[in-house]
Amino acid sequence: MLVLGQDEKAKYPFLADAGEYLKDKGFSLVQFGSDPVLKLSVEKALHRIKVASAGEVYKSDIDKDGQASKDYVLEREVFSFLLAIVLIKLTGMSTLIKRFALAEARRAEIYLEKDLGNASNKSKIDLATRIIYDLFNIEIIKENDFFVIPVSDYLKHSVTFHEREWKLINRHVENGKVFLTPDKTVRLIRKELGNYISSKIINAPKPSMIPGLENAVNELILISKKLTPTYTITTGEYPPCIKHAIDVLEKGENLPHSGRFMLATFLLSKGQTVPQIAPLFKNAPDYNPRVTLYQLNHLAGTSGSATKYSCPSCEKLKTQDLCFITKECDNIINPMQFGKKRT
Amino acid sequence: MNEIDIKFLEDSFKKYYFNHFDLITSPQRTSEREFGYQKFNSGMFRHISLKENKELHLLFMQNIPSDVYCSNAYYAFPNSPMSEKDWKEADLIFDIDAKDLNLPCRENHTISICNECNEISKDTSQCVKCNSTKLEKKSLPCKNCISASKIEVNKLSNVLINDLGIDKENIHVYFSGNEGFHVYVYHSQFQQIGSKERSELVDYIMFRGAIPETFGMKKFKPNRSLFPDFNQKGWNGRFSKYVFGSKSKRSKIISELLDSGYPSFQKTLDDVSKNIGVKIDPNVTMDIHRIFRLPGSINSKSGLSKVLCTDLTKFDPYVDACFLNDDPVEVLANCPIEFKLKNKKFGPYTNEKISVPTYAAVYMICKKLATIA
Repeated sequence: MLVLGQDEKAKYPFLADAGEYLKDKGFSLVQFGSDPVLKLSVEKALHRIKVASAGEVYKSDIDKDGQASKDYVLEREVFSFLLAIVLIKLTGMSTLIKRFALAEARRAEIYLEKDLGNASNKSKIDLATRIIYDLFNIEIIKENDFFVIPVSDYLKHSVTFHEREWKLINRHVENGKVFLTPDKTVRLIRKELGNYISSKIINAPKPSMIPGLENAVNELILISKKLTPTYTITTGEYPPCIKHAIDVLEKGENLPHSGRFMLATFLLSKGQTVPQIAPLFKNAPDYNPRVTLYQLNHLAGTSGSATKYSCPSCEKLKTQDLCFITKECDNIINPMQFGKKRT
Repeated sequence: MNEIDIKFLEDSFKKYYFNHFDLITSPQRTSEREFGYQKFNSGMFRHISLKENKELHLLFMQNIPSDVYCSNAYYAFPNSPMSEKDWKEADLIFDIDAKDLNLPCRENHTISICNECNEISKDTSQCVKCNSTKLEKKSLPCKNCISASKIEVNKLSNVLINDLGIDKENIHVYFSGNEGFHVYVYHSQFQQIGSKERSELVDYIMFRGAIPETFGMKKFKPNRSLFPDFNQKGWNGRFSKYVFGSKSKRSKIISELLDSGYPSFQKTLDDVSKNIGVKIDPNVTMDIHRIFRLPGSINSKSGLSKVLCTDLTKFDPYVDACFLNDDPVEVLANCPIEFKLKNKKFGPYTNEKISVPTYAAVYMICKKLATIA
């Protein structure tokens, strides 16, 4: 378990044990609803959530070097974080959790990056690498100006990124290790950091309403309701990869197994039935109606393990040479999203 | 395939499995693997678990399979349905196949068999007899195909060892039994990574998805000092050797690249990918539930065995992987291409009744270019 100083708790408040922290400081939650001085922390917490729900990162009162001038400033930083969680729990609105966790992860990222990049202060680097190891089980070793991590660990975290610069080919790889700058090292774990913070919120017990916090909670409920999901309309046209696969089959040419898998899962997800899809494969050089039906039923989940298979991602299709991207694809990450417009 | 041909192939395979049990060794941690097999003219039997070598041998003798497979994955319950197997980890596997190398020699030794009228010809676009485009293509790979595949294996080993930190002893190379090589990597840091992660490794090894910035070309204010150099490790060093050629040309070529600009650099990268990227079959490496041909077993596409290559340079599949006997067999052969097995030349044959050694008869029958007379 990490032992943190007060300034570290302010930078990484999600590492603090909420109940213990309040107890240590000699406060109870109820006091925050009534005590006028403590209420400042509630306002700060409210501000922290509002900033996060607007997609911004909350700027702390900790000064530029991450060293706060006075103890109470540091304390208020931690209080406001803990109270933000209490407020979110009181609203019962799950839409706030994700946004708040992501914003807080990005905020922590700034400090982690600064600590990792602090060449003159070994203890700060050690703390940052310890946090990353304790939370995410990734061992990071400093080598000159870089942080090196095993390729397998890098892949586990980077596969969810869609920007091409995160592909392994665009990294310095040597002897089983990936070389990263401090900012990339920290960026690599943003999502996990966000997940860690959201799981902390989700797992926190929901307190009963604290008198004096009703207004703040109601305000947050209103904000959360405004964050309504967007609606989509579709053009109904097939993406180029699917059109290509259909073309190949129509010409009687061989479509590889992976291509057939893509086509079938795409059409099944679009609501077509197995008997509607099966005739598409009639022209394949190795067409066998029995095998085709068996495989389609398997993909649809109507036979075998009952697992319904979904259409592979654009990234996977690229690797399989099945992607024929056009500008209409418009940065989608799965063929299923093709032609959908957000309103 | 007709009954008589199947009987002949099964007899030949059975003799091989009886006499060469030593070549078939069950993989490490046998009981955690899934096995599968096919018989001639029938579907796949899979989700089989075996405890030890003896059970594997029994499977061969009882079923006389045309092909036998074993998972690269380790499971808690290998004989349960896929979703209940409880996947633990999987060896990293690679398939290098001559058919994926786009070699110019291919057209000289590829034959098409019409699915409609069974006509055999060297025309691979449509049937010369009935104009059907439903053709099954069969290739009788030549020495060039094998040499080119070996080059890819060496390129792959280089990336695995130098970039990915794999110990040389943990890389095992096998001839696939037909047109290429299977490479296994054991005990690596990649045992537990999933399919998506393996797909990223594939792109790395194939040099796919590179952006100009990685190799020194910036979109705005490009700077020549950022371009890679010869002594660099990994793809930067390989890029330098391929694109610059020699140290003396480096400066001139960088100037040319800067003049041509950013969009043109992406074309350079595509060219690099095509030429120095390792040509592996992405689907095989990405698959963490695959059952892959069992080492030592016969490949029914050729009658040759999947064997370990201890000295890849000297390895000649048409001698070192051909284990069937020499007993003469009469066949009706329609094989428009010459081939060589055990240092002996055969063909071409045009609907001829001939007597050939068993290994050559099996080879042609497996390729659907002959039947027992």
